[in-house]
Formats: sequence, C-alpha cells, structure tokens
Amino acid sequence: MKRTPLYQVHKTLNAKFTEFGGWEMPLQYSSIVKEHLAVRTTVGLFDLSHMGEIDVCGQGANELVQKLSTNNVGRLTDGRVLYTLLCNETGGIVDDILIYRYTDNHYMLVVNAANIEKDLAWVQTNNDTGAEVRDESEDKTLIALQGPKSIEILKPLVPEQDVSEIGYFRFSLGEVAGIPTIISRTGYTGEVGFELYVSAKNAEGLWNSLYPAVIAADGEPIGLGARDTLRLEAGLRLYGMDMDDNTNPFEAGLGRFVKSKNRQFIGKNALLTQKKKGITRQMIGFQMLDRAVARPGYAVYQEDEHIGNVTSGAPSPTLKYSIGFASIKSSRHTPLCRTTNDKIDIEIRGKLHPAKIVKVPFISTGT
Amino acid sequence: MIPENLKYMESHEWARQEDDIVTIGISDYAQSEIQDIVYVELPEVGTELTQKTEFGVIESVKAAFDLYAPISGEVVAVNESLLDAPEQVNESPYDDGWMLKIRMTDSAELDALFNADSYQAHIEAEHA
Repeated sequence: MKRTPLYQVHKTLNAKFTEFGGWEMPLQYSSIVKEHLAVRTTVGLFDLSHMGEIDVCGQGANELVQKLSTNNVGRLTDGRVLYTLLCNETGGIVDDILIYRYTDNHYMLVVNAANIEKDLAWVQTNNDTGAEVRDESEDKTLIALQGPKSIEILKPLVPEQDVSEIGYFRFSLGEVAGIPTIISRTGYTGEVGFELYVSAKNAEGLWNSLYPAVIAADGEPIGLGARDTLRLEAGLRLYGMDMDDNTNPFEAGLGRFVKSKNRQFIGKNALLTQKKKGITRQMIGFQMLDRAVARPGYAVYQEDEHIGNVTSGAPSPTLKYSIGFASIKSSRHTPLCRTTNDKIDIEIRGKLHPAKIVKVPFISTGT
Repeated sequence: MIPENLKYMESHEWARQEDDIVTIGISDYAQSEIQDIVYVELPEVGTELTQKTEFGVIESVKAAFDLYAPISGEVVAVNESLLDAPEQVNESPYDDGWMLKIRMTDSAELDALFNADSYQAHIEAEHA
C-alpha cells in the first residue's frame, strides 16, 4: 500500500488506518461523529495526498481538456476551477474530476486516487493535440481545511493576500506560512473551506503550520470516515460507489455537468442519444424512517418490486438518521411515479425497513 | 476496563451469571473499537439462542458488526431502551448498555469462556 508524506504525522496522532484506492489512509483519529461535527461547527484538517494531479500544458492544452471534459472548460477564466466528468465513447464515466485553469495553456486535473493510472492513460491516449501531459501526483500533496472557521485560521498564515476574497471554485497562488501553495476555495464537505496543494517536501511543514490553529479553534484532524459522511450529507457523489465506467452522467444524476451545445467532447454522441432515449436507471437520495442503517449494495423496493440498490449509505451525524443514494429503475420505465416523499423499502438483513425519497443535498450547505 | 466477575467471548461479548439467568453485552474494549454506535438490532423475548451463533447486530457510523451469543438458552429480557438510545452501549457497556438476559440451558458453556485475565491476554494478542 502507498503511504502519503504525512503518514508519520497520522501515526503520531494515533490514527486508525484503512485501505483506500491502494493507499493506507487515516480512517479516523478520535471518532467519525466527533470529526464530522467539528467540520460542521468549527474546522477540520484533512490529508488528501492520495488524490492525483495531472498537469496539461503547452500548445493544445486547451483543446485537449475541452475534448476530454463533459462540462464546458471554455467557461473557465484564469484562476477558476470546474467540476466535470471524463466520459468514454459510450458515455460511461471514466472519472469525476476538478479542472484548474492557470492559463489557457496550463491546466491541472485533480483526479480520484484509485483512478490516477486509468485517467493518465486516458488523457495520454486521447492526446492528439500536442499538449504536454505530466503526472504530478507524486510530488503534489493536498491538505484540506474545511469548516466555518477555516477562513479565520488560514488568514493570518497568508499575510500577502486576503484569502476571504477568493471566491468559491476559484484559486490563487501564494504562500501559506511561507510555503508556496495553490490556495483553492473548494472542498468535498458542503462547508466553507480550502484545498491547499503543496510540494510533498512541504507537506509536513504546511500540516504543522495549520494543526495548532485547528486544535485551538476546537477543530479536529479528519479521517476518511468523516470525509465520507460529510460528502454524503452534502449530496456529493463518490466515484466507484455512486458511478463507474458503466454509468452515464444522467444515470448518476450529474446531467447538469454535460454541456453539449456548440462543443465537441468524447462521449457526446452517445450521451445525446441516451438523453433522447431516456435513461433506464436514475439516482435518488433517500432517508430511513426508522433507526436502521442502509449500506451500499442493499436492495431497494417499492410496492414489493425490487427497483434498485443502495450505492452509498450511512448514518448522518448531523441529521441523526440514515441517508444514502440509490440507483433505481427510472420512473419512465414503470407505472409508479418516483418523486420526493415517495415511500420505498430497503432490505436490511432479510427484513424490509421503511424509507422515503428525499431531495439532495440532505443538508443545507454553507460553501 | 475488564470487570473480574464476568466471562468473555473471543468476539468481545461478556456474560454475567446470576443463578440460571445470564445477562450479556459487549465489552468496553469492543465498544471503544466500534465507536459511535447508532443502532442495535436484538432478538425478541422467547427467541432460543445457541452459543457462538449470531443473535443481533450493532451498527456504527462506519460499519455493521455481528453479535455472538456467549451462552445457549431462551431470551427472557431485552434491553428495549437501546432501541432509542443505542449510545448507552458506548457510555456504559457493562451496566446501562446490557443487551439480553438469557435463561441458560448448560452452565458448562460458561466455563469454556475467557475469564478477565485470559480475555485481557486475548485483547493484547489481537493488538500485537
């Protein structure tokens, strides 16, 4: 298993570890609930070094990222970030990623840990524009600072600019505690926060500059356990659970990130056809109506018909009941209409437990 | 914290004998490993349990854990308060967090379980 540059730091903090995407990552330090609530109420510090970074530079960079992205990279100006999908020729999702635009001939793709090699190969295979493609994953470390107190913690460490001025889904190049950093107003929690990219050699330095301030603000270091419940409450999908190479963006409920007007990208024709035909399965959010917990893979029923399966599910520390996503047969293909508040049942250890379809995100977010 | 007067399973359930009634729950070590307990699923009164077979489930935020019966017999009482307040298992694993009372059928089964010392050694071996 691969280890991040902060592995020893997590060891010292007595983290419990877990395997994720080939990496040995902190699962939790204190407790998932405590860490989760810290991010919602104060602040949390995350090591996300397992995420991959691919730089696309030079002549043809703009053309290449446009060709790979379902969302319109042309909308980006310098210093902006875009959430988008990479799709294959049949419209299946290769990965969901962020694209950072430094300039029109320099972009950074931030990809899921388990997909680094796959994405790199995909970008290289489709590189017929002459762009330079570099895997920066080894050298780049990602540390996230998320929660309502993140701005006040970061501010004194960045004297030469006002980080509260960096808008949502924008980034700025600067120094945090004297360390060259890409300061990005992004996150995967539904809270105000920053994602900070530094060179691996500065990972410990940046962590140690932030950690005392986080603790002083009643914050916590956050493991992948709370990262998962935070993203779930915020209605954010997780690649490998809620979507994969055989799921198209419409089936994953991510159709709004497919922008096909006046532009070409890989998978466009397949996606237009699928959109016209109508999807056969759709993604819904649900909440349990009793105390039971619906986990990924559990069967979903409506009026005794097996209509699909849970893709993500966990007890929500904020809401105090269990929530999740399920991939179910699309309502176009059944006489039963499936909308918000519809009752469904989820099979848990052989017994049906009541649940209902709810709007996503599950909580109101404060990004 | 491993009380002297209890018997323990390899899978971290405890058993407390009073005449032919055995009260069961999970150990302090188990609750501290599981953490954040949000749901406990227990059998109904009258259910017949067999030693070392599953009798229920504990759910934490992260995962579900099976519970194994430390003794065979009939369930005569269920701690219903855990349905609404499962966190009692975290807060008070040996008292308020008890799960079932069982009328045991064979007291010899208890002799085969760990005592406090051998359970302590078992935990240390699991950690090593």
